[in-house]
Amino acid sequence: MRSNTKKLIILAVIAIISILLYAFYDIKGGFDYAFPRRMMRVGAMVVTGFAIAYSTVVFQTITRNRILTPSIMGIDSMYEVVQTLIFFFAGSLSVWVVNQYLNFATSIVVMVLFALLLYRFLFRADKYPIYLMLLIGMIIGTLLGSLVTFLQVLIDPIEFLSLQNRLFASFTNIKVELLYISMGIIIIAFIYGYRIMSQLDVMSLGRENAINLGINYDRLVMNILVLSSVLIATSTALVGPITFFGLIVANLSYQFLVTYKHSIHILGAGLISVIALVGGQFVVEHIFEMKTTLSVIINFIGGIYFIYLLLKESRAAG
Amino acid sequence: MIEIKELTKRFGSKPVVNNVSVKIQPRAITSFIGPNGAGKSTLLSMVSRLLDADTGEVLLDESNVKKWKSDQFAKRVSILKQSNYLNVRLTVRELISFGRYPYSKGRLTDEDEQFIDQAIDYMNLGDMQDKFLDELSGGQKQRAFIAMVIAQDTDYILLDEPLNNLDMKHSVQIMKILRKLVDELGKTVVIVLHDINFASVYSDYIVALKNGSVVKSGPTVEIINRDALREIYDMDIPVQEQNGCRICVYFNSY
Repeated sequence: MRSNTKKLIILAVIAIISILLYAFYDIKGGFDYAFPRRMMRVGAMVVTGFAIAYSTVVFQTITRNRILTPSIMGIDSMYEVVQTLIFFFAGSLSVWVVNQYLNFATSIVVMVLFALLLYRFLFRADKYPIYLMLLIGMIIGTLLGSLVTFLQVLIDPIEFLSLQNRLFASFTNIKVELLYISMGIIIIAFIYGYRIMSQLDVMSLGRENAINLGINYDRLVMNILVLSSVLIATSTALVGPITFFGLIVANLSYQFLVTYKHSIHILGAGLISVIALVGGQFVVEHIFEMKTTLSVIINFIGGIYFIYLLLKESRAAG
Repeated sequence: MIEIKELTKRFGSKPVVNNVSVKIQPRAITSFIGPNGAGKSTLLSMVSRLLDADTGEVLLDESNVKKWKSDQFAKRVSILKQSNYLNVRLTVRELISFGRYPYSKGRLTDEDEQFIDQAIDYMNLGDMQDKFLDELSGGQKQRAFIAMVIAQDTDYILLDEPLNNLDMKHSVQIMKILRKLVDELGKTVVIVLHDINFASVYSDYIVALKNGSVVKSGPTVEIINRDALREIYDMDIPVQEQNGCRICVYFNSY
């Protein structure tokens, strides 16, 4: 317990140091210009970092599987569908793209509605196990992915480039108002999330033990799925799809902090996200000089880590 | 008082539990026995609301278990299933502390700690309470889970084959503890058992199931005899009295 507190403090210190480094490194000339912009990006990274950490940790608890992320339900493929459809039918100069509020709101609403519909139709816990639901989610996700690819092939190449910009996660151009709205949504989600924290600990004992201990299992699973969809939808609409990232930070937290307590893992995974995002963005801006994007780096490192996890899990199982 | 009324559960079109009605006698051990696939575990799962029945109802204090609030129900009835796979690392004591969740919602009080200590004593887990569960043998793990249920301090304790994976010594130990829970603390224990002789020696009442229906039910003496056993198991089993225990010698019968 005490060593976990110490580790959390270390993580917090590293997070603050990386934020300070990112905010003040090589800040020449227009401090008044650069500083607020950098802080804005930091804000976005903290918000998305915690949103992704939270939704991945709780999703892994209810599925009892540590190599899944909520993206398996196809929520961020839905984001790509929305953006591609907009570019395909309305074009990059239409109000749906130019007006960022409209784009943001449409994306969130469609993603959350999609998730709700999926759960509504699929979630009959006594009839179908949760894995069947995941499998169907995965198939729908793949279907949507193929649909998106098909539409993208038909799009004008120049339009496609500006579409592709939206489909890569980026912290570079974030509208301040959207950031505030996202913060609002995420804070509300976190207040509910905080209240169910101890129930989540019980959930990790499995369905039968959780019900035995008085958890209203089916309702809680549904609430968690909806909550994590809202978080994923918000962070995806704000910066683009980087849910894969959640897998890395959640597992790093499991390895680093030895406890069953969700409050500690969520805090830990959130801090690790902030460190990775701010650190990654620093590398992108100052070492690669914006020649690559953060999501490329995240997917590269995340992919390697994912393979490591798969090998480790299969060894543990065998 | 738990009352099972005309309970039916189908998997596909095949009824696994078929129109079962049983009254569970309070302050006693009731064993569910019967051949494989008789529906014992399914019945127990429905009583403990892990599974919804297709028709019929289970009443706890005269109201349907589905109408009970989950956290209130968890203070009255506890259930332990056979397989308890965990993918989190917990110490024995942490696991047992979860038994207090219905009362403390994760914030343990001094009273909770007392119940936890008591459960640890009851199950003889004192010297391994700080070990991680994945360091324990199957039998030790099973005892830790039973301790969790004891810490939950419910009037009714339902156990689905708790003697699975246990050696003779620990099986006897657990049955004796269950007996103590009934005799000293006035608990009601309902248990699915595979070994007919444990049922014979330790239980007060026996409910025998076969193909989803109750074939026999009543006080233990009425069930443990050649005629009743033939009806339940389709086997001719001689019953011998040994030190006041009725032992079914089924090993070479047919």
